[in-house]
Order: sequence, then structure tokens, then C-alpha cells
Amino acid sequence: MKLALGPLLYYWPRQATLDFYAQVADSPADVVYVGETVCSRRHELRLDDWLEVAAMLRAAGKEVVLSSQSLIESESDLKALRRIVAQADFRVEANDMSAVHLLTGAGRRDWIAGPTLNIFNPHTLALLAESGATRWVAPPEMSGAVLAELLASGAPQIKTEVLAWGRLPLAHSARCFTARHFNLQKDTCEFRCLGMSDGLVLRTREGEPFLTLNGVQTQSARVHNLLADLSSVRRSAQVVRVSPQGEHTIRVLQLFRESADERLAPQEAFRRSAECMVEAPCNGFWHGRPGVEQYVPS
Amino acid sequence: MTSNSRIELVCPAGSLPALKTAVDHGADCVYLGFKDATNARNFTGLNFDANAMREGVRYAHDRRRKVLLALNTYPQAGNWSAWTAAIDRAADLGIDAVILADPGLMAYAQKTHPALRLHLSVQGSATSYEAINFYAERFGIQRAVLPRVLSLPQVEQVIANTAVEIEVFGFGGLCVMVEGRCALSAYATGESPNCNGACSPGKHVRWEQTPSGMETRLNGILIDRFGDGERAGYPTLCKGRFDVGGETYYAIEEPTSLNTLELLPDLARAGIRAIKIEGRQRSPAYVAQVTRVWREALDRVMRDIDGFRVQPAWIAELDKVSEGRSHTLGAYYRPWK
Repeated sequence: MKLALGPLLYYWPRQATLDFYAQVADSPADVVYVGETVCSRRHELRLDDWLEVAAMLRAAGKEVVLSSQSLIESESDLKALRRIVAQADFRVEANDMSAVHLLTGAGRRDWIAGPTLNIFNPHTLALLAESGATRWVAPPEMSGAVLAELLASGAPQIKTEVLAWGRLPLAHSARCFTARHFNLQKDTCEFRCLGMSDGLVLRTREGEPFLTLNGVQTQSARVHNLLADLSSVRRSAQVVRVSPQGEHTIRVLQLFRESADERLAPQEAFRRSAECMVEAPCNGFWHGRPGVEQYVPS
Repeated sequence: MTSNSRIELVCPAGSLPALKTAVDHGADCVYLGFKDATNARNFTGLNFDANAMREGVRYAHDRRRKVLLALNTYPQAGNWSAWTAAIDRAADLGIDAVILADPGLMAYAQKTHPALRLHLSVQGSATSYEAINFYAERFGIQRAVLPRVLSLPQVEQVIANTAVEIEVFGFGGLCVMVEGRCALSAYATGESPNCNGACSPGKHVRWEQTPSGMETRLNGILIDRFGDGERAGYPTLCKGRFDVGGETYYAIEEPTSLNTLELLPDLARAGIRAIKIEGRQRSPAYVAQVTRVWREALDRVMRDIDGFRVQPAWIAELDKVSEGRSHTLGAYYRPWK
């Protein structure tokens, strides 16, 4: 089973980001997704910088993928997307149908269908595979059972990737909730999300951590953690994805590596991961339950 | 604006009485759904069985109005045939167009019923002309409904770069998140707009009077708490009050409705072909009131675009049926973002 590091969803300072990927080069990740997927106003690293990071990671033996933005609103968003599609050095993760359209238009047959494409059935998966997708990332809300059923019902030849660690990306909006928190507008946001290494926690009025504000993206507060579920994940997926977080990402990758290689029992890996979590764990989606739950099968 | 660019008024019909009301008050089209998870308003007591739909189609067609069927949730391997059967039934019933979100289903509809008109649902999350043109080239969609995330210049940009007819939301509940890209309800309750056609579903809702006020919960999660004299709202989870950084406020959005009446001339000049009124979950009285106002406003803008002025009486009428009795231009107005 391959181990992937998903795109960085937060806005870290330039040097912190470069330092992070220098560590990733020596990490057990087989696949690394790079690039900005959340907000077009984030420019600590521009595409050329990301391409340099990508080249460095490739030299370190990683399979590198350039991720595209999830929400495309403006002509400048499309311009950025066209540049990503036009480069031929790295594969592209399509996170919107605009990217699929541009990739198929360019005749590329080597891309990855990202988690926001809403692939919920074998017919849609087959369409994207015929269009050139060679791997797909299941929507985070899809359960293990539904995924297994999809793959069993005549799904095409395509590799499957499952998000197995990180705060769940739950929603995207045109509105920037981080800017709103500071009574700013998105266009003049002062880049307030810069340096919030794990986003901004939203709590219920009882003080319970519920969601995470990450600019225009809303995430879970809890950390989606499938370490204890890895044996069922590997029945469907060839690749598991770890989403970068402020601290301990490399340690998390190591735990997944040891667990995937069966050098560490799932329950023990899960127990050891406690020190790597910024909030309580959850795995409800994988078990067909509310995503917020931490479900232990009896 | 050219004389042939009539803008259609597309109104919600959660039931047969609502459909008749919409038609009687001037809707050009009504949109509706079957009584199951094939559409994104899968609420108890709403929607149509085959008989009611047949009667609705007859009622609308007798008056030269159109009926659009929303089949805008995402089928899965285990329930695929329920969605294709719904498409077959739609073609059988003489539905004027189906509103779809799933590409696999579009391919099925195109192949099985080539004469059936396809609209791309707002749940398809197509926010750019590149995405819309993908669906047009692959499946021949003839209209796309834009998610409520674009500013007015961005809407103009989309229209300028696609041959697909563009429909936008004019009035009703405001989805703050990009439609089809929101799993907040699934996270809290296990039921999602994408797969179950439900957001913050009623069976998970609890109202509870406590010493600190009236509390509204969704699957046990406290969404809001109301003091004496405050009207307790439905716990839609993106419209609750939460604590961020020690401050309690509507961190995502206030309970408010979208109302774009004042943008109508701009939207008409941009070339929109249809305007959608949200609210299949609302009563026939709501449908009557909103359809009447929008019919009048649309007729006015199509007759004399430069002379168009929003009538205060229209706003007063619409605010009566708005969430929180207030309204917003949402993302059309850039500073909202």
C-alpha cells in the first residue's frame, strides 16, 4: 500500500512551508501532492516555487502531483489552472470539472481525480477513467462499505486513494470565514490565515470543538484517523492519504508506514497516534455514520 | 437586452397545491422532485408520487408552462437503478427537462432518452464556463444553474463564454457553501445533501428549554441558544451561533434569505435565461407571494429595463417570507465574501 501526503490546506509562511517539504523528502511518503487548493489569494509560494518543491521531491524519489484549486470562480483562477495543466513535468490532481475539461482538452491521460469531484458510483468513475484519470480519491463522506460495493460492481481499471488522516475538508464557500472573524472582507483579508498552522477552531456555545475555519474552507475540528481501520481500508485502496498538519506530520506518516507494512498492529498504531492529534479522533464516515463519531466496531 | 431573450421564472413546487399556485401566479416553469432520495429536498411530507406528478404536468402543460424534475443527488452503486428508473419515469411523464448533478446519470439520460432536455443542477458545483462546457460537450446539457458563489461580474464572464443557458438563484434560502461541495450535514448527522438529499434533517433536530435559554441541537450538537423574546430558529448548522476565538456570533452566516431583486436589470443585461426561486420546502402561501412579486418584477424589467425600479412594496412582501425577515445579495455583492 502506497502512502500519499495530500496538499497543504493551510497557509504557512514561505520558509515554514519550504522547511516542511525538505522534511517530507526524507519521510516515508511515496506520493506527495503539492500546490494551493484552497484560496487563490495565498501566494507565499507561487506556481514556480511549487514546481521547484516538486522537482526537489522527485529527486528524492517521490511521485509528485500538482493539485489544482477546488473552487474556481474567476478568470484568474482559470488562468492559474491552465498553467498547471500546461506543464508536462508532473501529473495533475483535478479538483474541479474545469480542470477535467482542460486536462481532457489537452489530451492528458495521466491525471488524478480529486476528492471534490463527487464520484459516488461506478458509472461516473468509468467516465473519468475513460477521460484519462488513472487514480481517484474517494469523497471523504463515502463509507468503506459503499466504496467496496462501488469497486465490486464493475468499476474500471483505476487506482483508488482514501483520505485516512487529517481534519476533514467538509465544505467550500465564496466567503472567507477567517476574514469574517476579523471583520475583514476577503478582498482585503490582510492574509490573516497566514501562520494559523491548523486553522481557527469553531466551538459550540458549550465549548465543544466542532469545526475549523480555514479561509473559504470549512473543516472538521476532529481529526479523521483511520489508523485503526487500515485493514479494511487496504481492501479497497492502493493509496492512503495523510493531510498535512501543523506538527507531527512526519511522525504520522511513519505510523502509517509501519502499520501498512504490518510492523505495527492497527490498534497500537492508533494508540500511539494520540500524541499527534490536535483534537479528538473521528472515523464515522468510514463506518457509514455521522463523520464526527469515533466508532469502534463491536 | 434583445426582444427574444425572455427570462424564465422558475418556481418551487414541493406539492401539487404549490405547483398549481406557482402556475396560477405566473411561473414559467415549476421544478419538483420525487418522494425519495433522488432529489436534494428529500423531506417528509414533500414532493410527488407518479400520480401527483402526472396531474401536475397536465395542469402546467394545459397552461403552457413547463415542469422541470430535479434528480440532483448522487446515486451509488447499490441504488443506481432507483435514479435511472426516475429518469425513465420523467421521460414517460413528459417532463420538460431533468435537472441532474451526476455525470454518470447524464450519460444514461443522453443515451436512453436522447430527446430529453438536460439541465445541470446547482448541486453539480459548476462555477466556471470551463466546467459548464465540459458537461455541454460530453452530455449535451442545455442549461446550467450556477451555485450561489459568484459575483455579478463573474456571472457575466460565465455567460460570455458558454452557449449553455444560465439560470441563477433570485430568491430564497441562502446556501453559504458551494452546493454539491458541502458535507457539514453528513459530518453532524450522517445524512448529506449529496447522497440523501437532506441538510440538517428534522429527525435529528431537538428544541429544549433550559435555564440558559431555548437550545436547538442537531444530533446532540448545540447549534444555537436563544434568550427570552428571541425567536428560536431551525438549527441549520451553518446558520448557528458559535464561539471562535472567545467571541460568540454567527460565524458562518446569519439566518437570512437571498434576494436579488435590485440586481435584476444587471442580471438581465448579462444575459441570464432563467431565475430560480428557492423553497420547495415552503408552503403554497409562500409560493404564491414570492411568485406574484417576481412575476411583476420580471415583466417590468423585460418591458423597460432602464426604467426598472425596485418597488418598496415588493421588498416588504418578500421580507415577510424571508428567513429572519432579512435579506442579502450574497456573493453577487463582492464585499459579502
